[in-house]
Amino acid sequence: MDSPLVITSSPHLHCGMTTRGVMLDVLIALSPAAAASVLLFGWRSAAVIVVCVAACLAAEYLSRIVLKRPQTAGDLSAVVTGVLLAFNLPASIPLWQAVIGGAAAIVVAKQMFGGLGQNFVNPALVGRIVMMASFPDAMNNWITPLQGSAADAVTSATPLAVLSQGGSMNYSMSELLVGIRPGCLGETCALALILGGLYLIARRVISPIIPLVYIGTVFIMTWLLGQNPLVHILSGGLMLGAIFMATDYTTSPINKAGKIVFAVGCGLLTVLIRVFGSLPEGVSFAIVIMNILVPLIERATRPLPFGEKRRLRNEQ
Amino acid sequence: MISAKYKQAFTKGLIKENPVLRLVLGTCPTLAVTTAAINGIGMGAAATFVLVCSNVVISLLRKVIPDKVRLPAFIVIIAGFTTIVQMLVKAYLPAIDKALGIYLPLIVVNCIILGRAEAYASKNSVGLSALDGLGMGAGFTGALILMGGIRELLGNGTLFGLPHGAILAHPITIFVMPAGGFFVFGILIWLANQLSDRFEKDAARRDTSKNVCAACPSAAICHQGTAQSEEACAVGGAKGGQHK
Repeated sequence: MDSPLVITSSPHLHCGMTTRGVMLDVLIALSPAAAASVLLFGWRSAAVIVVCVAACLAAEYLSRIVLKRPQTAGDLSAVVTGVLLAFNLPASIPLWQAVIGGAAAIVVAKQMFGGLGQNFVNPALVGRIVMMASFPDAMNNWITPLQGSAADAVTSATPLAVLSQGGSMNYSMSELLVGIRPGCLGETCALALILGGLYLIARRVISPIIPLVYIGTVFIMTWLLGQNPLVHILSGGLMLGAIFMATDYTTSPINKAGKIVFAVGCGLLTVLIRVFGSLPEGVSFAIVIMNILVPLIERATRPLPFGEKRRLRNEQ
Repeated sequence: MISAKYKQAFTKGLIKENPVLRLVLGTCPTLAVTTAAINGIGMGAAATFVLVCSNVVISLLRKVIPDKVRLPAFIVIIAGFTTIVQMLVKAYLPAIDKALGIYLPLIVVNCIILGRAEAYASKNSVGLSALDGLGMGAGFTGALILMGGIRELLGNGTLFGLPHGAILAHPITIFVMPAGGFFVFGILIWLANQLSDRFEKDAARRDTSKNVCAACPSAAICHQGTAQSEEACAVGGAKGGQHK
């Protein structure tokens, strides 16, 4: 540097927060759950994660070239989408189906609407829903955890599927907390997910409002409906969805009131689908439906500028 | 020149003004029946028959029908032909009738047919109206077969009723569901827009004598190619008034 005088345009102070940095934090927060999934479901879950990440990165890279837009594959958002999609799949999923899910997530839900920050629903959840609609058998093939990497893995029903068929639970609370139950590969270990969530809250990447209100709503609703609330908050994809997917910046409201409305809506829909719907699990549909309602929530919870009086409805 | 006019009356319905993909008319039957390519042929053929016949009759009667009651009159004519088609299909092609279901009688309210009656047949000669109906019908049928083919192939692994899984062993079921229908529809609209833009650009390049400024709202103040300032050109970006 020749001169001590540096002339730049504003802003002169910034906190150093970048997209890449945020995504890296999310990846760090997801790593305990990834490690837990490999311990629980064997090397197959690592293969699913790697394939999903590779498919999402390739889809992001290629679609930016086709759309003639600046390359964004380096901002790691596609890696986060890939990991989240993998966490939402059973470990036994055929790998080519995971590639289709990744491509649907990135190309259809994200890039066709303009890329990062423009998607109106969570891309990973779109990938999961496309796969649930397309490959219902493979998406409901749950491996029993902790049986190594045997090729002829034993499969069994998830706790929520057992509940929705009126059966009785045969998993203890501690088993549910550590994740020793069949399910999507990243959703079972509640402990690892909560650990990741605490890291994100401590790093101020996410605000605790959405996860707490979402899980709290599910707890209260299932308790009121006479179900076991602890089983409900520790089963299915609730922890994963509430901590990592409902908190996506693009598809969740900006201010506190909006976040609370959004999270209560997610909780209500999840319980309604779980208890009264035909599907055993409703987290992904609940979050996607509330994602679509976010613009309306934002409009209803727009804060009042300082000094302004609240206008009557008919004056607007 | 006359033959070019007739040719244009037919060809514009294929891509440039394709009723489904460019005018976005008749979306309901398009999305509902295109789960298989064969349904597209049935629906397309039935709608084309009604379209051509109603265009001809409406064009014949265009000076007789009073303006105020033209829509009910058009609908009566269209409903007559739709009833004929429905009876024929029921009698000779019961399988198609079953596949198309309620969408066959609903041709009466298909907005492509009423749209062409209102926009074209009620203003043009019988010959031109017949060709317009034929072209629009061909465009409709083509779009339905294309969409039905893509959805059947990817979503069911079959094509034109081949045994299940004959082409694709593991079909992607979402393509035969409504969500997949909307997705394929969107992609095809994008393709048709791209193709149409390309045709228009090619035509403009070939036809250099055609004055591009004629349709410009600022043509009067722009003096076609002699304007000194760029501000005078309403289209913007082009220099000296001549647009590319």
